[in-house]
Amino acid sequence: MANEQIKEATPMIEVRNINKAFPGVQALDNVSVKFLPGEVHAVVGENGAGKSTLMKIMAGAYKPDSGEIFFQGEEVQMNHPVQAQNLGVAIIYQEFNLLPERTVAQNIYLGREPSKFGVINPPQLNKQTEDVLKELGVAKMINPTALVSTLSVAEQQLVEIAKAVSLNAKVLIMDEPTASLTSTEVNLLFDLVATLKARGLAVIFISHRLSEVFGIADMITVLKDGQLVGTKNISDVTTEDVVYMMVGRTLDHYFPPLGVDEDFGEVVLRVVNGENDFLSNINLDLRKGEILGIAGLQGSGRTELAQALFGAVPFDEGEIELMGKTIAIKNPYTAIQRKMGFVTEDRKSEGLALMQPIRDNMLLAIRSLQNLLSFIHPDGIKTSRSMVPELGQQVDVRVDSYGKQAQDLSGGNQQKVVLSKWLASGAEVFIFDEPTRGIDVEAKARIHDIIRGLTKSGVAVLMVSSELPEVIGMSDRILVMHEGKIGGELPAGSSEADIMLVATGQQNGNNKNKTAAKDGGIQ
Amino acid sequence: MSVDTMTQVEDKRNKNSFWKNIPQVYYFLVVVLVGGLILDQFVASGNILANPSILFNILVRSVALGIVAVGQTFVMLGASIDLSVAYTISFTAVMSSLIMQGDPARVPLAIAIVIGFGILVGLINGMLITKLNVNSFIATLGTGLIVKGVLNGMFSSGSLGSVPKGFQTLGYGSLGPIPYSIILLFAIVVIGWFILSWTKFGSHLYGVGGDLLIGRLSGLRTSRVLTIAHIISSLTAVVAGLFIVSRLGAGNPTVGPDGVYDLESVATTVIGGTALSGGRGGVFGTIAGVVIFGIIDTVFNQLGVDTYLKMVIRGALIIFAVASYSVRSKREAA
Repeated sequence: MANEQIKEATPMIEVRNINKAFPGVQALDNVSVKFLPGEVHAVVGENGAGKSTLMKIMAGAYKPDSGEIFFQGEEVQMNHPVQAQNLGVAIIYQEFNLLPERTVAQNIYLGREPSKFGVINPPQLNKQTEDVLKELGVAKMINPTALVSTLSVAEQQLVEIAKAVSLNAKVLIMDEPTASLTSTEVNLLFDLVATLKARGLAVIFISHRLSEVFGIADMITVLKDGQLVGTKNISDVTTEDVVYMMVGRTLDHYFPPLGVDEDFGEVVLRVVNGENDFLSNINLDLRKGEILGIAGLQGSGRTELAQALFGAVPFDEGEIELMGKTIAIKNPYTAIQRKMGFVTEDRKSEGLALMQPIRDNMLLAIRSLQNLLSFIHPDGIKTSRSMVPELGQQVDVRVDSYGKQAQDLSGGNQQKVVLSKWLASGAEVFIFDEPTRGIDVEAKARIHDIIRGLTKSGVAVLMVSSELPEVIGMSDRILVMHEGKIGGELPAGSSEADIMLVATGQQNGNNKNKTAAKDGGIQ
Repeated sequence: MSVDTMTQVEDKRNKNSFWKNIPQVYYFLVVVLVGGLILDQFVASGNILANPSILFNILVRSVALGIVAVGQTFVMLGASIDLSVAYTISFTAVMSSLIMQGDPARVPLAIAIVIGFGILVGLINGMLITKLNVNSFIATLGTGLIVKGVLNGMFSSGSLGSVPKGFQTLGYGSLGPIPYSIILLFAIVVIGWFILSWTKFGSHLYGVGGDLLIGRLSGLRTSRVLTIAHIISSLTAVVAGLFIVSRLGAGNPTVGPDGVYDLESVATTVIGGTALSGGRGGVFGTIAGVVIFGIIDTVFNQLGVDTYLKMVIRGALIIFAVASYSVRSKREAA
């Protein structure tokens, strides 16, 4: 790739000095990037680096607080996603924007159906769709008249791409497109991306997987904590360079010290041969006072393991021993009764009642244990209410009133409220699923301190996380999931490379001598 | 997302077979029909369903409900609901009968006025829901109650006005062996099917009901689409009202609520497989739901079974049908 050419070409889309803040987080801080036509441009960074925010701004879903957007050299205002779409910016989110109960053709041409006087011509609609699919070379895989709900994830993604192509998109943004694809499907996707690139599209590719990025991208932009670290020609950098740019020097900056032998007590939670639709052959021990980290690729069963332990999606087979007693955890109620707490990945849909006051959220778990009629007893309400300020202090929630709705809080403070909910219930086994996803660095550090503080008071913690630095920084032992099984156990202080080897099935833990491939992948 | 579903890529072509396209409700229809026939054989020695005039009668009795249910299907596909239809029917029946006063020359005027009324009610419902963001259940319940109040305040109950003999042909006449009423129902169903399957409006309605956000992102005028669906629903109520008054010969403020057209149109639409959450279903399913209700009614009436038992069976059927759909879609999702 000639450098002169890159310098001279007009960027297809360019952002200059973009700033965007959310309550409690500066999501983007003075970011400027150019995306050239006929180029695949990868945007990488850790969770919370601001990648998604930047993409949403270019797609018109968010308005930047300040900064300019140029499309083919002209400054544009993107006030609405439809406006961006009409300009030629298409975005494919991880959650697809497709109607499952409609056909492929109906989805691709929704709002743009070929018609005369409002009457659609279905054969023509299907023919047009078939043509687009042929252009992409996927007409053999996808039938225009198939319902989207019958398609696999990979096929639905192809439909989204076909939709973008049919819209004459000049910029195609893909958010983690390979996150839930098999390797064959990934290859197919990359062939397709090459086709789009040849057609002169600017393809923007967000990914955690550096090996893929190096396989497909021409340019790479690294974001960290909302700031631009740099944009490089891919041939000028190595994986190590990029990992260094992503992680910076702050890798082990904000983690509290690991536990020591005196902290660890007897086994409080034991799973023997746990099995359900998503998991098989799960055997694990969790000791009092320790943090057991669970790592693994997306879809490896990390989250499913947490849900099984808490009874949200219980084990069908096998035994769970809690405090030495064999019990069946068939639903979260039993788990709460048995003094387990669960801090979820998705605070908004699973952890918090957003419209309810903070106070009631804090007391939710403890109230679920009370007798249904205990509200009649005024003391019951009073005692639990009086716990609120103390709880708030314990987790350091920063609010002016506990009567405020939970949705008014920043992500970090919301997570603290979820934490306090389980503290109030007196839980002795905590399960964390992505405890710090999407919250700012300071709040992250605070939550890490609280988690470690819990273990010091004798609580056992099982922590699922997709952020390897977090797993490494926090865990006293690490279990790595692979294809629904425990791929291996690694000791504290293992490297990202050690974990990735087990997570990708190349090694089954325990013998961690061989030098790891420097993948650096986080997801 | 299980690991299994991710790793397998099956050939999904040609999944769209004929059998898969039949709404599930038709299996229920067959079951109900067979059940009715068996009951008929054993209890009434085959005199009910073997009798063509009774069979026709099932359809004729289903006409008014069928017409309203087609309109209800439209709003429910848009993830809305219309509870004002029963009173729109009453208003249409009373007004048209009062205006006609037995004079054939005044029929066009009466029809024009009630159609205008229908458009107005639908427009108000649509605006309340899309512009003021009032929940559709509440908005249409409210407009329905207002119309009821106006009717009851202005008119005493009992028969009001009369329709000319010629107008009654709609209710009782027939083209050869086929009653006009059945032709009317058939025409409304076909028009409904055409609008839903062959027009941009239909496609957009599925989009709005399937996912409002996706609809917006695709550039649909979501408010307008949903408002039009409500106007269509009110207009089908007007047509049903005209049909009812042509059968009765005179309007009566209680015809709508007496027929429980609001809840029964919702029930038959749901049995027909249209999701309450919108975006899935269609008029062919709805009409099967209406016929199922018709068969149950007729068979039980003919056998002289207790009306309350009939209600129990209908209620159970609604629950069973919807449960079976949701179990099925859960299995598909897993």
